Amino acid sequence: MLQFQTWKSALVILACLAAVVFSAPNLFHSTVQRAETAREALAAGAEDPGLEAAASAWPDWLPSDVIALGLDLQGGAHLLVEVAVEDVHAERLEALWPEARQALRDLRDQVGPFRRLERNDPATLTIRLEDPAGAEIAAEALRELAQPVAGGLLGPGGPDLEVSVEGRDIAVRLTEAAREAIDERTMAQSLEIIRRRIDETGTREPTIQRQGEDRILVQVPGVGSAEEVLSLIGRTAKLTFHLVESATGDADTRTGPNEILVPSAEEPGRFYVLERRALVTGDRLTDAQPGFDPQTGEPVVNFRFDAAGARRFGDVTSRNVGRPFAVVLDEEVITAPTIREAITGGSGQISGSFTVESAQELAILLRAGALPAEITVLEQRTVGPDLGADSIAAGETAIAVAFLAVLVFMFASYGLFGLFANFALILNVCMLMALLSVIGATLTLPGIAGIVLTIGMAVDANVLIFERIREEAKRAKGAARAIETGYERAFSAIVDANVTTFLAATILFSMGSGPVRGFAVTLGLGILTSVFSATMVTRFFVAQWFARARPKTLVV
Amino acid sequence: MAMRRLRLAPEDTSIPFMAGRRWAIRGSLAAAAASLLLVVVLGLNFGIDFRGGIMIEARTPGAADVGQVRGAVSPLGLGDVAVQDFGRETDVLIRVEAQPGDGDAQMAAAAEVERALESEIPGVEIRRVEVVGPKVSGELIWAGALALAAAVGAILVYIWLRFEWQFSLGAVAALVHDVVLTIGVFSLVRLEFNLSIIAALLTIIGYSLNDTVVVFDRVRENLRKYKQKPLDEVLNLSINETLGRTLMTSATTLIALTALYVLGGEVIRGFTFAMIWGVVVGTYSSVFVAAAVLLRLGVTREWSESGDGPGGGAGVQFGGAQV
Repeated sequence: MLQFQTWKSALVILACLAAVVFSAPNLFHSTVQRAETAREALAAGAEDPGLEAAASAWPDWLPSDVIALGLDLQGGAHLLVEVAVEDVHAERLEALWPEARQALRDLRDQVGPFRRLERNDPATLTIRLEDPAGAEIAAEALRELAQPVAGGLLGPGGPDLEVSVEGRDIAVRLTEAAREAIDERTMAQSLEIIRRRIDETGTREPTIQRQGEDRILVQVPGVGSAEEVLSLIGRTAKLTFHLVESATGDADTRTGPNEILVPSAEEPGRFYVLERRALVTGDRLTDAQPGFDPQTGEPVVNFRFDAAGARRFGDVTSRNVGRPFAVVLDEEVITAPTIREAITGGSGQISGSFTVESAQELAILLRAGALPAEITVLEQRTVGPDLGADSIAAGETAIAVAFLAVLVFMFASYGLFGLFANFALILNVCMLMALLSVIGATLTLPGIAGIVLTIGMAVDANVLIFERIREEAKRAKGAARAIETGYERAFSAIVDANVTTFLAATILFSMGSGPVRGFAVTLGLGILTSVFSATMVTRFFVAQWFARARPKTLVV
Repeated sequence: MAMRRLRLAPEDTSIPFMAGRRWAIRGSLAAAAASLLLVVVLGLNFGIDFRGGIMIEARTPGAADVGQVRGAVSPLGLGDVAVQDFGRETDVLIRVEAQPGDGDAQMAAAAEVERALESEIPGVEIRRVEVVGPKVSGELIWAGALALAAAVGAILVYIWLRFEWQFSLGAVAALVHDVVLTIGVFSLVRLEFNLSIIAALLTIIGYSLNDTVVVFDRVRENLRKYKQKPLDEVLNLSINETLGRTLMTSATTLIALTALYVLGGEVIRGFTFAMIWGVVVGTYSSVFVAAAVLLRLGVTREWSESGDGPGGGAGVQFGGAQV
């Protein structure tokens, strides 16, 4: 019958109350957000009457989850970057070569003379023997160099090297498991370093996420230009100190096996021949701060080594007084001063032609550490704060107008029943907002479109039911019977119709990215709430009304 | 309540929809063929999501001079540069073709354009910058096509489970019809075809299907009720019975979408345009394409014999709400 079971009534009332309570904070979006920020600051020990006032503007016993705004609404930069993990594979093989050479030299009487082949494939280390007879022995010796792959969930993995013999060539490659382990490590380090660098700038709530195999998504709200973000995260920031052999203007200078040719960052066309081996590397830094040179007043970066770095730097500088050494950042010489005296204190200063900003930036990069591999940008989307604000305003107006028009239209079409549906529609939007707030969804501009579309389509289930009740009422059944069969018969159409749209939303969610996903979330949740509000909430209203009014005939 | 109700369809219509089906099918086929031809001949105005490249939205202090903006960007020698008005007279949208090289090359070019704008047009506000590298744009095309195919596939299976294969084919024919016509209209009016249009297409699929399923649901019910009635009469009856609902839902959805189209801002205008078009085409196709295909294929009606009245029979049933 039209009686509603008590538990169903309770469920409807509870759901409606919860919807109102949990969606309410969104009406006071900025107040709630300010209060949250202020509370965090106070908890961190800040003291300020302004903060306390902001914190008490929204009592902490009220729900304070608000819908987060997407970058397209609040403005900010979105960068999708790719980490060159294969460079790290190549480095691992590169590092293996001296070891391999030593191992084969030890077996020279069995293996004979050998040399390394320079091939274009960086994923393979190829060694050519003069005499193929020793190939198996050499391969065996190289296999011994393999280390177990750092264990994942399954304990220590197999060897990290794969050695194969092709005639007199021996090819050494990384195993699949080793490559995966390296990729995992590289990605984890890259994420961590990017996060540190962005945190250093004090940006509020950046999103730094791994995507797929070798990609990282960086979203920084409130930044007007993606280049700003990129200059911070895009640089490898590998810092090394080398002794200088000589300086030259010739880019084709031949270097010895233990030397490297590095261009100058300051003077185009100038090159330095440096010792290949670094005296100290940037991972020995414990701190880096921007500052000013006391003599010249120019911006500089002051740094400090850890104990081991300081000892090593002290040793080398005391033995090489009078020689120049080079500070190399990302394969460019920033500066090459002469060592005047032993630097034993463990701290020093890098001067180059810095501006205050570039010194500040370099200090941040050095503090956060070097990226393990280079990164390249795949995609960039930046929205200015004004456009975001305009989009919000346009979205709000569109929602309000759509809402009002649909309410009027429903009332004009179905009278009292239309009013019931309208109440349900209002609650439906509250439920949608509440769900979005509680699950921490991000509202994007297409998400707003999803809400507007939900408003338009949400009444569909009610329309189906009301039209059906009309039909049933025409067949001269009693009012109660007409309502009941109307609900009953309309149900299968409602389920089928909404399941199909929900399928489309699910596919959108799983295949889409960014804003499209935001749309899929609001559309999908909108379908759930609208089915609930049509089949339960409206029905509850109708049942309550019917119990009181007891009409003989039904006008829908 | 004794008030006059707004009715979009008169009560108890008996419009012989199926009588006009031949003309409707011919019209739909012609429109679909024209759409495909348009896409082949004119192509689609792909946005940077699918083509790669740079898009910059800028606001100038006064009324924007498209020629001046082009004059600022063209000397950079970045290849194809398109400048168009965008929404209001102060706003322009600049699109630069994909640069040779990877994403970093695109980034550098975008920075150059920004600097050129700032120096040539004092007070210009860069409102939005989007850069899509060649690697990602290729993937996005794939993901988009895959999403559409997956949606159609999932729907084919769902309808097949819930109804019969004839219904399934009818519904999918209608969906393909809607998608093809929407793509055709985008080719015709040269609106930008980007990721959000793929989202719109998927939503259109969902919506159109919604409509089709409501008609089919009634067809199934009437087939059980009137076991001797010829199929075309059952279809006509079902369409007429659901006409009020079809028009009401289309109307409320169109009202909401129109509000969004007019007031929602330039960024999502393409999306709402696609949706409005899709709702109109989708409403038409559930009657004239889905039902007409169903009539052509016929139904086996075997479940109407083994069925135990409404709510029983073949297929997975959720119907029959319990109070």
